[in-house]
Amino acid sequence: MGRDQWKAALRNPVGAVAAGLLVLLAILAIVAPIIWGDAAEETDPAALSQGSTSDHPLGTDALGRDILFRVLVATRYSLGLALLATAICVGAGLILGVLPAVLGRRAGRLVTATVNLAVAFPGLLLALFFAVVFGVGARGAVLAIGLAGAPSFARLVQTNVAAVSGRDFVAAARVAGVARFRLIARHLLPNIGEPLVVNATVLAGGALLAFAGLSFLGLGVQPPAYDWGRLLGEGLDRIYINPAAALAPGVAVVIAGLAFTLLGESIAQVVGVRAVRRRQPPAMPPAAAAAPAGTDAVLAAEDLRVAFPAPGGGWTHPVDGVSLTVRRGETVGVVGESGSGKSLTALAVAQLAPDTAHVTADRLEVAGVAPLGRTGAEVRELLGTKVAMVFQDPMTSFNPSMRIGAQLAEVTRVHERQGRKPALARAVDRLRTVRVPAPERRAHQYPHEFSGGMRQRAMVAMGLMSTPELIIADEPTTALDVTVQRQVLRLLKDVQAETGAAVVLISHDIAVVGQLCERVVVMYAGHVVEELPVGALGAAAHPYTRALLASVPDLATDRERPLATIPGRPPDPADRPEGCAFAPRCEFADDVCRTRPSLAAVGPDQRAACWHPRTQPLDLALDAVTGGQA
Amino acid sequence: MTAPVAAPLAPTRTRVSAWAGNPWAGFLARRLGRLLVSLAVLVTLAFGMIHLIPGDPVRASLGVTAPQDLVDARRAALGLDDPIGVQYLDYLRALFSGDLGVSMSSGVPVSETIGQRLPATASLAVAAFVVVMLVAIPLGLAMAVLTRGGRRRGGELGFTATSAVIAAIPEFLLAVGLVFVFGVSLGWLPVAGRGGASSYVLPVLALALGPALLMARMVRVEALAVLDQDFVRTARAKRLPPLRVYLRHVFPNALTSTLTIGGLLLSSMIVGTVLVENVFAWPGMGMTIVSSILAKDYPVVQGIVLVYGAAVLLVNLVVDVLLAVADPRSTIREG
Repeated sequence: MGRDQWKAALRNPVGAVAAGLLVLLAILAIVAPIIWGDAAEETDPAALSQGSTSDHPLGTDALGRDILFRVLVATRYSLGLALLATAICVGAGLILGVLPAVLGRRAGRLVTATVNLAVAFPGLLLALFFAVVFGVGARGAVLAIGLAGAPSFARLVQTNVAAVSGRDFVAAARVAGVARFRLIARHLLPNIGEPLVVNATVLAGGALLAFAGLSFLGLGVQPPAYDWGRLLGEGLDRIYINPAAALAPGVAVVIAGLAFTLLGESIAQVVGVRAVRRRQPPAMPPAAAAAPAGTDAVLAAEDLRVAFPAPGGGWTHPVDGVSLTVRRGETVGVVGESGSGKSLTALAVAQLAPDTAHVTADRLEVAGVAPLGRTGAEVRELLGTKVAMVFQDPMTSFNPSMRIGAQLAEVTRVHERQGRKPALARAVDRLRTVRVPAPERRAHQYPHEFSGGMRQRAMVAMGLMSTPELIIADEPTTALDVTVQRQVLRLLKDVQAETGAAVVLISHDIAVVGQLCERVVVMYAGHVVEELPVGALGAAAHPYTRALLASVPDLATDRERPLATIPGRPPDPADRPEGCAFAPRCEFADDVCRTRPSLAAVGPDQRAACWHPRTQPLDLALDAVTGGQA
Repeated sequence: MTAPVAAPLAPTRTRVSAWAGNPWAGFLARRLGRLLVSLAVLVTLAFGMIHLIPGDPVRASLGVTAPQDLVDARRAALGLDDPIGVQYLDYLRALFSGDLGVSMSSGVPVSETIGQRLPATASLAVAAFVVVMLVAIPLGLAMAVLTRGGRRRGGELGFTATSAVIAAIPEFLLAVGLVFVFGVSLGWLPVAGRGGASSYVLPVLALALGPALLMARMVRVEALAVLDQDFVRTARAKRLPPLRVYLRHVFPNALTSTLTIGGLLLSSMIVGTVLVENVFAWPGMGMTIVSSILAKDYPVVQGIVLVYGAAVLLVNLVVDVLLAVADPRSTIREG
């Protein structure tokens, strides 16, 4: 793994350039003092403090020494001192970082606390402190920079040691009685080596820059020795005469520092995941037009498709040609296993699909608005508050940093341009409508002060801030416990009765849908496989619908036998079989099922997409399924 | 007779229990305790600095040619011949009365020197911090919005690469580059000394540019993570204008780490003034500490290290309190 990462980092263009620069610098560090060492010391009394000339491309310093040679020769000293400081830093950091694991509990805590305290101070302050203690000069500066960086490296070691020492193999070694030092040397360090090497590389860049800083201040390398920082400090005094004398060592420091830093970061980045590229999907051939929806439809979708770019190129269609009609005031349930595309269908209808999704449809009308092809601003303007959403997870669907009342009032303030006070008064009123106790007090609380059920009520109240024509509830009860589930369903039903809004209830639980809805739409693998009135569930024709019904336990279920399940799993959207997607799990499947069936009438108000629709009535305790309905 | 005794007791007890039950009180007590411990360590280190120096600091300061009786007299004046415990107590006592000692080279009280130099350094650091915040937050948010969901890969790459490179250049090298471009080549701005508003431009820019880009990257990453959360979808479902979604729903939830990073950056910028002041001949504490280190004027160095350290600790405290205010759920409980 480690070697692969280094290789991958070198294939990355940034990493390759950084590594190339480092090799170049290393060669320069070895060769430059040998070739140009004497030339860099040679004073030229005829050319003191000159700008660029043909003899001295970067000019000369106050003693007439060639700046270019001095910058090149200084490579060895600058790099060497930086690496020495890095070595001290890594060594001290390792000792400090591992000590807590070796020492007893109390002493270990003391070391950790000391490191934490030291980390709070910026490195330069620590370096200045140590520079005073160890004295001005190269030796003092190496020690100062090395020790100043040690606390943060120690923190890194501690974090990594803590992460690894929780793993099984360390626990096993401990149980086996492996001695502490052996445990560290053989089990801990080898497993945290990688992040430490990466960080030490970045650290070397930091040490180089810090060293240049100290030398620049005159606290590092002392004359007659010189490194880049020293040359920079000397050059800055004469920047008006010869800017190159200051810029050249500065550029050298930046290049060397960046080479270390970028190499380390590109290694670290190789492990990360790259974002998916945004693309346009190929146009879909239009499917056969479905029957036009009636004019009283509050939602009409024909051949709705939602596509995502696939990781390996191409597109996947989690929603693949769904047609759905919801009349005014109607309550429709959409059921299916997770991954059937039901939630994505709802999001696409409400124009809330993720950014990477590509939504197409032959026809899409929501509350009298055709949103496809319009800009976001137009959709916001037209849809306004006509569609209310209730999301699955009430714990994450509220903004944690805003009070509940403000989140509700926001709707009215934005869409009806009402003031803060009347909007909040309406929010309190709507919270009362959904039976949140003490709504005045509750409106001033934050979401984390609400229970899950209360939050879901507040979410419904948010949809009621104005009069929605369509309420889409996406698994509104899944995250709640059973008694709260019933209350929330009851609430949705009451709201529907009072406002006359149509409700689309999405659920994986056909029993929940049966309690609330008039009509059921069953989805499987991105398609609608059956549509039927709740009353006709007993006459369900599609084998998948029947299997879903059979998996609902009721009071008559034999407790001695295992609960009924549907064998197999729904196909991955990227890898759907040709023809009927349910065929691999269907006991009635034959060769005909290799062609995809389309929705066809199998009874009054009932359509199924199946070559072998079942006609035998189901032996179901229907009351258990449609319990709340009766 | 019992009633008058019982009456004043009752409110006291409720007050105590109210304090004990209040998570804020506990948090503040813990945090102030940590500050005091840190300050104590800082003071001890500043005191110990002069004793950690190998050899005789007075001899080092006055030079090898100084007569022995002068050295002895100076040692006695500084109290260096007393037992170390006595010296420490004297140091603490003087510190609490605002006496930071006297400069070895000029004889001026250290507190007076710091009083003269602190405003220049503080104004530089504060100005740079304000610039960082004003640039980084809008830039980071805008980049997050523009590059969300893998859009504008080119723009994203350009932004991250540019900001990474510039943020990796230390402030004093940036300062040299700025001096060259705006001072030497263009002659637009003064390159040395503290004068009118124009003298602030280059030092503040040198100090703020790297941190601003670094922080903009952090804000972007943080805002991208928030953009993916459910409550942002809820806000979109409310059909709120995008600006409102970003400012009311996304930004406040990206604030926590912005504050953390902001605090770290402010601490490092306070100390970063040392280098920038030396490039621009800015008459602040940074110039003074470097010349004092070179002159081995230890009382001045001690005093300035104390001021820098205390400033860093105070910034950390303020950031922790702000974090607790911004996200009362996590910070207070964890402590």
